Amino acid sequence: MTPTLLDVKDLRVGLPTARGWAQALRGVSFSMAKGQTLGLIGESGCGKSLTALALMGLLPERAQVSGSMRLNGTELVGMSEPQLCQLRGARMAMIFQEPMTALNPLHPIWRQIAEPLRLHQNMGAAQAKARALELLERVQLPRARERLDAYSHQLSGGQRQRVMIAIALACSPDLLIADEPTTALDVTVQKEVLALIQQLVREDGMGLLLISHDLGLMHDQVERVMVMYGGAVVESATTPELFAHRAHPYTQGLFAARPRLGLARGTRLTTIAGSVPDLVDLPAGCAFADRCPKAAVSCREAPPEVQAIAPQTAGTQEHRVSCPRWSLL
Amino acid sequence: MSLFILRRLISFALTLVATSVIVFAVLELLPGNVAQVILGETATAETIAAMEEKLGLDQPAPVRYARWMGGLLQGQTGISISYDTPTAELMAERMQVTLPLAVMAMALTVAVALSMGIYAASQQNKAGDVGVMTLSQLGLALPNFWLAILLILLFAVHLQWVSAGGFPGWTEDSGGGVWQALKALVLPAMALAAVQTAILTRVTRSAVLDTLREDFVRTARAKGLSRRQVLWGHVLRNAMIPVLTVMGLQFGNLITSAIVIENVFVLPGIGRLIFQAIANRDLIVVRDVVMLLSALVILINFAIDVLYAWIDPRLKVAHG
Amino acid sequence: MAEQGFWSRARRHPSFVAGGCMVALLILSALLSMLWSPYPVGDIDIPNKLASPSAAHWLGTDSLGRDIASLLLVGSQNSLLVGFIAVGIGLGAGVPLGLLAAARRGWVEELVMRAADFTFAFPALLSAIMLTAIYGPGLVVSIAAIGIFNIPVFARITRGAAQAVWSRDYTLAAHAAGKGPWRITFDHVLPNIVSVLIVQATIQFAIAILAEAALSYLGLGTQPPQASWGRMLNEAQSQMFQAPLLAVYPGVAIALAVLGLNLMGDGLRDLLDPRLARQR
Repeated sequence: MTPTLLDVKDLRVGLPTARGWAQALRGVSFSMAKGQTLGLIGESGCGKSLTALALMGLLPERAQVSGSMRLNGTELVGMSEPQLCQLRGARMAMIFQEPMTALNPLHPIWRQIAEPLRLHQNMGAAQAKARALELLERVQLPRARERLDAYSHQLSGGQRQRVMIAIALACSPDLLIADEPTTALDVTVQKEVLALIQQLVREDGMGLLLISHDLGLMHDQVERVMVMYGGAVVESATTPELFAHRAHPYTQGLFAARPRLGLARGTRLTTIAGSVPDLVDLPAGCAFADRCPKAAVSCREAPPEVQAIAPQTAGTQEHRVSCPRWSLL
Repeated sequence: MSLFILRRLISFALTLVATSVIVFAVLELLPGNVAQVILGETATAETIAAMEEKLGLDQPAPVRYARWMGGLLQGQTGISISYDTPTAELMAERMQVTLPLAVMAMALTVAVALSMGIYAASQQNKAGDVGVMTLSQLGLALPNFWLAILLILLFAVHLQWVSAGGFPGWTEDSGGGVWQALKALVLPAMALAAVQTAILTRVTRSAVLDTLREDFVRTARAKGLSRRQVLWGHVLRNAMIPVLTVMGLQFGNLITSAIVIENVFVLPGIGRLIFQAIANRDLIVVRDVVMLLSALVILINFAIDVLYAWIDPRLKVAHG
Repeated sequence: MAEQGFWSRARRHPSFVAGGCMVALLILSALLSMLWSPYPVGDIDIPNKLASPSAAHWLGTDSLGRDIASLLLVGSQNSLLVGFIAVGIGLGAGVPLGLLAAARRGWVEELVMRAADFTFAFPALLSAIMLTAIYGPGLVVSIAAIGIFNIPVFARITRGAAQAVWSRDYTLAAHAAGKGPWRITFDHVLPNIVSVLIVQATIQFAIAILAEAALSYLGLGTQPPQASWGRMLNEAQSQMFQAPLLAVYPGVAIALAVLGLNLMGDGLRDLLDPRLARQR
């Protein structure tokens, strides 16, 4: 049994807004083993980026966090800022969606990669610069030696994202969180960057939490997938199991909504009726009830419990759904 | 980088020339008779004619302009009508008061405004921020010459720590000394600095807050840097860019505000020189002093431009 | 409906209310003083000079025995006049120039903006002093000088805001549909930049009051017997040892007027376009 890297139980995050408190995360629970890859999928506003920020301790100051998040057994909820600073960049690292603006325009590239090294490992400047070169070569940045002294505006989007990956890897973290790392990149570059991430994760045995709204991406990149809606996890399973046998009505709606090549002309695209719930004003029962084709009165009264269901794909681990009526047609 | 500086230098030179043309045009191509303006309404025809000859008004305008410019390039400025000495001498003497005053005021402004602005940004919307913002609102509303008078009332009339005006001179033979001269400049510098501090504080706060919202700040925090480390290592240098722009504009404001403040404190600086020149209708002095002050302002802005290129690597590569 | 929303929000905005009250006080003083003041401003009463505040003279008298309270009241007319005319000149000439620059682009825009930038290089006070040197001191010349310096300010602001509207998709759509640039300017651009202009106008009003006060203090602005807060400060300075309070009142008046305008401007900025409101 591989040791547990990350164990999240009942994570709840409240954010103050002009109209009151928004329940941005409502009891998220999952775990990751060392070296495992986990995907987090959902629409905008479902809470996937927030989960990542909560893990890193980068939520806004006024956010209220409750529940438990354990990284290698250490409890992150309630940790002091100086202690979190020691973990960030060292044991857990994150890369973000917009590589074009993620780097400081006034610092040369090597300095930005060297920064976590000098901070966490007390390296001197020369040694850190040498290590930065090694990292740049590892992320396959062309002409790495010249690029050390370059500035971010001299690099393309894909190249900047490679630099971001180098920064994230610098201290060999146990957990890498990638929040839509390729959404802002060209399609051809996307594939390269994703392949790079896969390779590095495998080589270093890091855990990978990959966040995206793109189903197709999930299929190739991660071992397990969690589907989020309205600040909660509605379904989680291994990737083959999820793609073959979707249980939750929302997941089914997501998959049905994908446009497919080869459809007859004039075929209407399937959509999920309705719109995402207002996090300040959530209904008492299931957040998806208003849009769910299988909803009953009972669904609106109390939030659904998470059930473990028997996986239908051979040899896979648990498949969890938070819908009591999932088996109904 | 050198190409950038060269382009800026050319722009600087062109602006200087254009400024000189405008100054010349405004002062020497007056509707009516320049000599008459200088001598006033009671002048007789003969005195007017004599003045016209003295000013070279019998020559056409472009020739007069060329003579002025040519003289400047050789280091010769015009001769003051009222003092009958080259304006260069007068200006050099007066600059001994105005320049140190402006520098003191600028130093005070930068020191106070940067620290208050950064403090306010780090305390956003909390008590510290509100306090700084209120103070700066007050600072913006006070006319600087009124503040000067209030300072005199407090420190000179009531507490009697400094004199109510005047300037003793930098050397002991002129009846002063470095320390006395500095003492005489403290209140004027404070009065000059007040408004500029208020403006610069707000700009600094705003620049720091804007920079804190940038994505690279989030990246820096994700690396494990503390809020403090992020502020000093990443935010401040980036926030300085808009702040420097304003500082450049402010130096120009400072120099012209000095005109008023020097009159309040009766300091023998450039401000009083031009003021007296106007009272004496000494247009030559007015022309040359205006030219000098404008040139200073343009020079400062040029220096700021070059400073930008030094700070911001994006400008080094792009063509200025 | 939008009107009602504005006023109810405005009433609750602290900056706007505070500033608005001060500005209202200023305007009311000016209006009142046109009809009545405790004493006629020109009344010189040497035997009573430098009197302390009393029932007869609420704030005392100055070195010529003139009633301070009356001078302050009537002086507000001066400040308002300068503000309105100077800002009026700036709006009247600057806004069309800015609109033209944004609509025409190309060399017209370059020309207008270079000219505007150029006038910025000339410190305003300096040029006002130059102009008064040539044309003689007085209210008209000083208003003209201050007004002229408002033109490039408004031209720049107008052009910047107008450009933002021009690049919006609905403007591009109107243009593609065949609407001419003048129609677009009136129908789309102008209504959208009005809020920016109003806010800037209050700021420039305050600046104009300060500038005129400085000029009057130097003796280059309003001439006697017209009442002027700036000149009052000048006269008070020579009496600093005998009657220090004389130097306080006119300054307070100026500061209140400017503070009120600045606060109102800040409030208007938040109220008229919340998107413009920077993170406070």
